[in-house]
Amino acid sequence: MNSALSFRHVDIMFPSRKGGGLVDKAIVLAREGKSRAEILEATGVVLGVSDANLEVERGKISVLMGLSGSGKSTLLRAANRLNKTVNGEVLIGNGVAHVDIASCNDDTLRDLRKTRIAMVFQQFAILPWRSVRENVGLGLELRDIAPAIRREMVDEKLELVGLDKWADANVKDLSGGMQQRVGLARAFATDADILLMDEPFSALDPLIRRKLQDELMMLQKKLKKTILFVSHDIDEAMKIGNQITIMKEGRIVQTGTPQEIVATPANDYVRDFISHMNPLPILSADSFMKPLAPDLSNLNLAGSGPYRLEAATGKLVSDTRNFSTLFLAEGQPAPQTLAEDCILCVHQTTSLSEMAALSQQSPWPLLVHNGSSIIGLCDERSIISAVVQVSQDAA
Amino acid sequence: MLNAANDWITSHKIPLGLWMSDLVDLVRVHCTGLLDVISGSITWGVDSFTTLLQAAPPIMLIVLAVAGTAALKRRFLAPTLVGVGLLFILNQGYWDDTMATLSLILFSTLISMLIGVPLGIAAAHRPWLNKAMHPLLDLMQTLPTFVYLIPTLILFGLGTVPGLISTIIFAIPAPIRMTEMGIASVSKTFLEAGEAFGATPRQLLWKIELPAALPMIRAGLTQCIMLSLSMVVIAALVGAGGLGVPVVRALNTVQVDVGFEAGFAIVILAIILDRVCRSGDSGQ
Repeated sequence: MNSALSFRHVDIMFPSRKGGGLVDKAIVLAREGKSRAEILEATGVVLGVSDANLEVERGKISVLMGLSGSGKSTLLRAANRLNKTVNGEVLIGNGVAHVDIASCNDDTLRDLRKTRIAMVFQQFAILPWRSVRENVGLGLELRDIAPAIRREMVDEKLELVGLDKWADANVKDLSGGMQQRVGLARAFATDADILLMDEPFSALDPLIRRKLQDELMMLQKKLKKTILFVSHDIDEAMKIGNQITIMKEGRIVQTGTPQEIVATPANDYVRDFISHMNPLPILSADSFMKPLAPDLSNLNLAGSGPYRLEAATGKLVSDTRNFSTLFLAEGQPAPQTLAEDCILCVHQTTSLSEMAALSQQSPWPLLVHNGSSIIGLCDERSIISAVVQVSQDAA
Repeated sequence: MLNAANDWITSHKIPLGLWMSDLVDLVRVHCTGLLDVISGSITWGVDSFTTLLQAAPPIMLIVLAVAGTAALKRRFLAPTLVGVGLLFILNQGYWDDTMATLSLILFSTLISMLIGVPLGIAAAHRPWLNKAMHPLLDLMQTLPTFVYLIPTLILFGLGTVPGLISTIIFAIPAPIRMTEMGIASVSKTFLEAGEAFGATPRQLLWKIELPAALPMIRAGLTQCIMLSLSMVVIAALVGAGGLGVPVVRALNTVQVDVGFEAGFAIVILAIILDRVCRSGDSGQ
């Protein structure tokens, strides 16, 4: 498996300050499924994370979600050993071999931090006595890269995040959004392939947050980093995540693609999370369409049926009626106007919000294809019930 | 009964004073060579710097001081204050004494910072050291100055050195404490930012901790200078030169006028040094 970052049976425990606590016993209790409060009572150890297993694929964004105290940040910080693990492995892979950052020596750890893993902080952690350029160049400076080369590399990254005009500005004069751009540029500057983002946009106001999310996704298309992202905002997770992991009380509850999480929530805790989400951009057509038989024998339109698709003309034909069809590929927009007897056939990944908009353009139901054949049908009724379904799941 | 207890306690006196004087004797007997080297080099340093300051034309030094302050502060008030203050000292005839005091203060501050800042850093990184040092620093600032003046006199003889050492003992807790506080209060997120990008402990100190603690360390420097200045008269008692000498003389001969003249000169020097040291902060 081509994982850039994998957690294997990771335990993180925080012994209380007085008396140290019985870490080994706490691990056993945690494996038995005891709650955080029970473990604290019995051993004096605070459970951080218990038995976490997670594979982050190269070039993907993996989001850790959970309420505060769920251990999501704790797990993220184990990926560059800002938090020490007491058990398990945290493997940093390069496609051929991998290093366990949880147990490697200090020199290897520093090498990994300098070249492979960079981090973006919730509170920005921008050094106020340095200029924007000096902040972005921190990682390169720690690597003893010559000033001239460093400057070139830094200016390139500043341009990437749109701060090239602010290179010599005092960071204290920048707004929160701009400061976090500095944080992003600093993380990009070392050309690390793995980025750890600890709620990077939580401290920003909603408008700026959305803007930075969009920019991050644009940059990601170009840079293809492996990103582990912590968030408590389900909409943010659904928007940017290729993979979402839901955590509760230091344990991983469910891992999957956004669609999987929405379609098959593992338990009430996950369901509760989804209930607070805006489902429209997430749900894809194939998750709420009415499935059709491969030979379209159950397709009924305008009171007649069954229909069959004529390969030569692209027409849907029944005994009494026929329609022309317009196939839209994945991501392809619909034309402004449609012929009166034309039926739209959209790709299965089309989102609920797009489906709702398309359904307004045509008096006929929408057909759903998977790239090769027609697999389902969505009428207004199924679109509305999809919206209702999600909000009912929540309640 | 109570009387008996009282008698017993008083008749079994703990020989604390004796121990201390024995210790001083021990040091004197065994470290004469080292003491002479220290004493000689410090005296040479302070005296030659004093001579240098006194040899330069006062007007030239005043112009340099005003120009320097103006360049640092980029305002009118501070350079004007420096100029008027120094001209007043020259006018009152205390220029040479002021230069001797300045030299003494600069040396004691320099030595205090050279020892104090590293000690403060070490204490900030080691809680046990900080705990151990705390009562010692309190002792250094509360023990009456005259008490440790006596052993320094025995060890180094009359002159600049005992004055300088007493001054350092009194002033050095300031930079130690301020440095320790500054380093210990560096925000954890700054440290983590450094660590996350692979800083070694040494890089963490130079690139994160010291810059973050700099305002506190600078405040320690200002305090150190002011504390040194407050020791000028006591240093003069054991033979160090400077503005303390006319004050001591005025005290012995009950000369109100000389006392006030020299006293004002000390105050003016204090104000000038304070303004100049703070000028660095105004930029932030």
